[in-house]
Formats: sequence, structure tokens, C-alpha cells
Amino acid sequence: MSAPAKTAPNIDFGAFRDPALVRGLIGRIERIVGDRPINLMEVCGTHTVSIGRYGFRSIMPTGLRLLSGPGCPVCVTANRDIDYAIALARQEGVIIATFGDMMRVPGSTSSLRAEKAAGHDIRIVYSPLDALRIAEEQSEREIVFLSVGFETTTPAIAASILEASERELTNFSVFAANKMTPPALRAIADDPETRIDGFILPGHVSTITGIEPYRFLVDEFSIPGVVTGFEPVDILEGIEMLARMVVEGKPRIENAYLRGVSADGNRVARELATQVFEPCDATWRGLGKLPQSGLRIRQEFARFDASQRFDVAIEPTVEPRGCRCGDVLRGRIAPTGCPLFGTACTPEHPVGPCMVSSEGSCAAYFRYREE
Amino acid sequence: MASETVLLGHGSGGQMMKRLIDELFLEHFGSPELLAGNDAGVAALPGTGRIALSTDSFVVTPQFFPGGNIGRLAVCGTVNDVATSGAHVRYLSCGFILEEGYPMDDLRRIVKTMADTAAEAGVRIITGDTKVVERGGADGVYINTAGVGEVPAGVELSGARCRPGDAVLLSGALGDHGIAIMSQREGLAFGTEIVSDAAPLNSLIAAVMEAAPHVRCFRDPTRGGLASTLNEFAAASKVAIEVEEDAIPVHDAVRGACEMLGYDVLQVANEGKMVAIVPEDEAQAALDAMRANRYGAEAAIIGHVAELPSGRGPVVRVRTGWGSTRVLDMLVGEQLPRIC
Repeated sequence: MSAPAKTAPNIDFGAFRDPALVRGLIGRIERIVGDRPINLMEVCGTHTVSIGRYGFRSIMPTGLRLLSGPGCPVCVTANRDIDYAIALARQEGVIIATFGDMMRVPGSTSSLRAEKAAGHDIRIVYSPLDALRIAEEQSEREIVFLSVGFETTTPAIAASILEASERELTNFSVFAANKMTPPALRAIADDPETRIDGFILPGHVSTITGIEPYRFLVDEFSIPGVVTGFEPVDILEGIEMLARMVVEGKPRIENAYLRGVSADGNRVARELATQVFEPCDATWRGLGKLPQSGLRIRQEFARFDASQRFDVAIEPTVEPRGCRCGDVLRGRIAPTGCPLFGTACTPEHPVGPCMVSSEGSCAAYFRYREE
Repeated sequence: MASETVLLGHGSGGQMMKRLIDELFLEHFGSPELLAGNDAGVAALPGTGRIALSTDSFVVTPQFFPGGNIGRLAVCGTVNDVATSGAHVRYLSCGFILEEGYPMDDLRRIVKTMADTAAEAGVRIITGDTKVVERGGADGVYINTAGVGEVPAGVELSGARCRPGDAVLLSGALGDHGIAIMSQREGLAFGTEIVSDAAPLNSLIAAVMEAAPHVRCFRDPTRGGLASTLNEFAAASKVAIEVEEDAIPVHDAVRGACEMLGYDVLQVANEGKMVAIVPEDEAQAALDAMRANRYGAEAAIIGHVAELPSGRGPVVRVRTGWGSTRVLDMLVGEQLPRIC
């Protein structure tokens, strides 16, 4: 969910959409960039959607490319994790609760939506606390919450597990496929096939992490990053700052989203997450296995860990043929560079996950395409 | 239809529903009146000129929400669909499917609301039907209504009549109904209470027809929102439609809620809004007529119909305040909240 600051009554959001300000910023970006080739990557799905909706790609200087990174939690969820969720959904007596976007993601041979239509009990919830409520109401059923998400989502999942522990629930568990952003940035910065000159860093994730975890981008890779908000003026300001640092050759990590993000983030939320979760190696769709990039439930809370609670047979993983979601997530190609884009793969009939989630790069490119 | 079972997305008002209708219902029921693709079927009735007939079923949960209940929707939805044909809406039928155990007090409130709304719209409910199903066989109460009215001689409204240069009018702010339901359903609070806009719009349509005698068509942007309505018009008339994002009225609370949930407000449902396509020289008069109506105070001209470049398919474009444009598609699948 978005930062609560968005609905704060004392901020005039009209100013962040002021057409004159926007045009002024676009002009400044044009003057800084000139005809240089510069690749910037936004690593948050909400940025991808906003950039699409504001139509910014079509009005940037020719050499300035805005690439979309692995910022959609549904998209980076490994095929095998989806298959595991599907196998769980088929278990007798199990109710699956999950976020809406997970429903349509194709696994190897099925999807949660198809399983729901086939009669299995799968429910969309807005918060893991809703899943707790279901667990209390249906004490004879097993409730499994399928958890995906980055640093923003994890504290709420942790809170639900602590709450379940407090209430001594015995029929609630979580399948955790939660991931952390910095290891993915490292994988992309380190990828010889992708050249990123600067990162538009995630606004929501950074409200939790602060800006420290991004320092390695400058220290080890000399790549600048700017934590950026989501309004038109926010995004253009982030792009302008990045372009300037790239052109001047002075990489830094900056925070342009001061109204939402403090330098050291939200310590309370991080502690909540740490209390319940510990880092582990995790497989990302497209990026493969990244060390210490995932989160697993600590042994102390093993009774709430679905992967320890249920021993289900998972079907063999089949990756969709021709799908280049992996290359899209790494910024190697734009969604339009995939041969399936808009033909075999559309939001109505998605082949890969990036076309499913509303925050997936391919879905955003399709939805906000130019003619 | 690639899917072998009915999915929730088949009822969303977007592309999946369109395919279901095109490939199943139209295939088997394809009367000329149905194939015209408008919200009400218009047909000759010997001796009485032409009638417009429309029907709609209401299954909304919760049945009570800020700004109304399922009964108000059941009357407004059908009245508005019949009225879009330019007909004088006269009579409604209503069918109730009730779940065993449904509180009688709630049913009374719904029926009272239907009577009040029908009186407001100037229509009479003249027949009905009641069925009760076992507990679990329905979700509380479902209502079907059908409406009929007579189409005055010479009135030929259709989504296929949009011409390049025509103005696109919208009778008020988008998204109130969809977000009111969503916030009620999920217990989300957005500071300001968002109230459903459900309203009978037959008087607004009549006023526009009088002010703009060459109006091309009306449609109420319900499920699928403005995006579906404009795409339907563009496809039926084989034109492009361009709207200015800044000209589209949206209440701040709805805009905020949409951003939080990851919805595009142009795809969110409305129950008390009307889109009208009007020749350019009658646009101002039509706008004035809308604004003079109690349900049209926030009406605006939001765009225009444009020529289709040769070789291109029908399209709806949105132009931002800084000159970029994007394609506006119909909703795909059901509307789902995003997760981060």
C-alpha cells in the first residue's frame, strides 16, 4: 500500500502535478542530458505504473531510457513458489488467502484463479490481518496466507504472525516468499549485460529501509541513486538529479522524497520484521538464486510456517516458452522487446507474470502504450 | 472464450465480459436489436411506434452502502439504460431472489428505497416476481429489473453515430460509486466519506436532448467505467476518441483512494453519471443543460471525437496536462487492489 503521507490533509498535491512545473522540469532534463545516452532504472512497480500513466517515456530526451526493474513482488515470485501455492490450494480443508494480484499469475500448468473457479477456496484479502480473522471464524479449516512483497509488506506479515501467536491460533500459517530490494539491485548493477547509469530508488520501500542500504551502489559500482516519490514532479525531480550526477560523474545516494522517507527509515517496522523473519537465499524469477535476498520465518515461529506445516507434492516446473520476463526484470530488454508482447501475451491472456500484475512492467507498458 | 469455466472477470464490464457477450450470447441471441450494441434494445411494437427495453440484475454486496442501497441501484440502473435510447421511461418490472434467513427489516428498507427512487424518476413498478432459495443459495438478495419506455418519432440514438469533431461530455465526477462500495466492503476509510452517486438520469438526458437536438448517443459508465464506455463508442463508430485528463472531474477523496488501491479511476464504476456525444456546435448548450440538472452540476466537456488515421483500429487516447498521450484500454479481468 502507498505511504500514508499521500492522504495527509496538509499537503497540496495539486502542486506536484502542476503542468507548468512539469514542463519546466522536462526542459531542464533535456538541457542536462542533451544527446547523451543515459539508462535509468526504476525499481518500484508503482514508479513503472506512474511513469506510464504520466506518459513520460514518450517525452524524455531521445538518449534517456527509463528501464523497469524487478519492483513488482508478484513478478519476481519464482514459478516454483506459485506451483507450491497451487498445490496447497488443492489440499482438503485449506483456505488460501492472498493479495489480489497473485490470483492470475500463471504457474507451470495452472493459476490460483483457475483453482478458485475449479472450486478450491481461495480468498482475496487486503491485509494479512484479514486472514487472521478468517482463521478465527473457521477454526475447523487451515488458513494459509500467501505472502509476497518487499520491505514495505514484511512488517505487516510479521505483525500478523505475532498476533496469531498472541491469540494462540493453531490453524493459521504463512507461506513466505518475501524478498529484499538491495540484493536485487546488486545483481543488476553487477550484470555485465545490463548497463544502468542510475537508479530511481523506491519511495515506499525506503520509508522502511531508509537510504543506508543503497550506499553500496556508489561505493562498489559508482552508480548514483535517488529515492523518489510518485507524483509527476517527484519523478521528474528524481530523473533530473540522476541525470545531473551522471553527466557530472559524481555519483551519490540522495533522497528526493523527504516528505515520505527519513534517512534511517522506520526502525520500529524493521525490528518487527526481524523479530519474526531471518534472511535466507531466495530464487527470483529472472534473477535466479540471490544470496541472502529472501526472508524465512524464524524457527521460533515454525508452527506458523506453511512450508514446514504442509508437505505437498509440487508439479515439475515448466517455464513458459518464449517468455522473456527474466530479461525484462533485469533491464536487458524493454517489455516491447519481447516477441510475445502484445500478441501471444496480453493482460487478458498473460504468459508471464510481468503481464499479470497491474504493477508488472509488461502490463504497465501495455496499459499505457502509445499507439 | 479461452476459459472453460466462468470466472469473476467475466462480469467485470471489461474485455472478458465483452468476449463472453460477443462469442456466446450474441452468437445465439443475435437479433438486430441486440446486435445494435446499445444499452437498451429499440424495436417496433405494432400500433404504438417503437419501444425501448432493457434489463439489469443487481447482486452487489454489501446491499447497503454510503449513498444508497441495492434497491436504489436496481431502479436507477435500468431507468438509465432505457433512457440512454432517448425513450421516455414508463414502467419497470422487478424480480427478487431472496436467501432464506434474510432480515425482513432490510428487505423493507430496500423496497421502500425502490419505491422512492421510482417516484423520483417518474416511473411505475407494474409487475414483479419473488423467489426464495435455501440459505447459501444466494448472497442475501438479488434483484432483477426490466424497464420499458417509448421512443419518440425521429429519435435515433446509437453509439455507432459518433463523428469526428463531436464533443464528449461527462455529467460529473468519476468513481464515487465504485470506491464507496469498495471502501464499505473492505472496511477502508479514506478520511472523507465517499458516497455512491447512484441516481436516475432520465431527466438529465431529456434536458440534453432538448438543448442539443442532434446529440448522437448517451451511455452510463457503470462497470468498466469511462474506459469501457468510450472504447465501445470508438469501436461502434470506427473513430478515435481523445480526452483531456485534466478536464475529467474526479473528487479528491476518490483520487486518493484510487492511488492507494492502484485503480485507474477511468475504469471504476459509476451509477449516476452519463456520457453524451454531442455535435460540436451544440456542445455548450448540452453542457449548460447538464449543469442545470441536480445530478449534473459538475458536468464537463472532457474531449472530442477524432478521425481514425487510415489503417488504424478504433482507439481512445488520454492527453496529459504536459502533452504526453497514452492509450486508454478497457479493464482486463476484475479490478484488483495492488499489493505494495
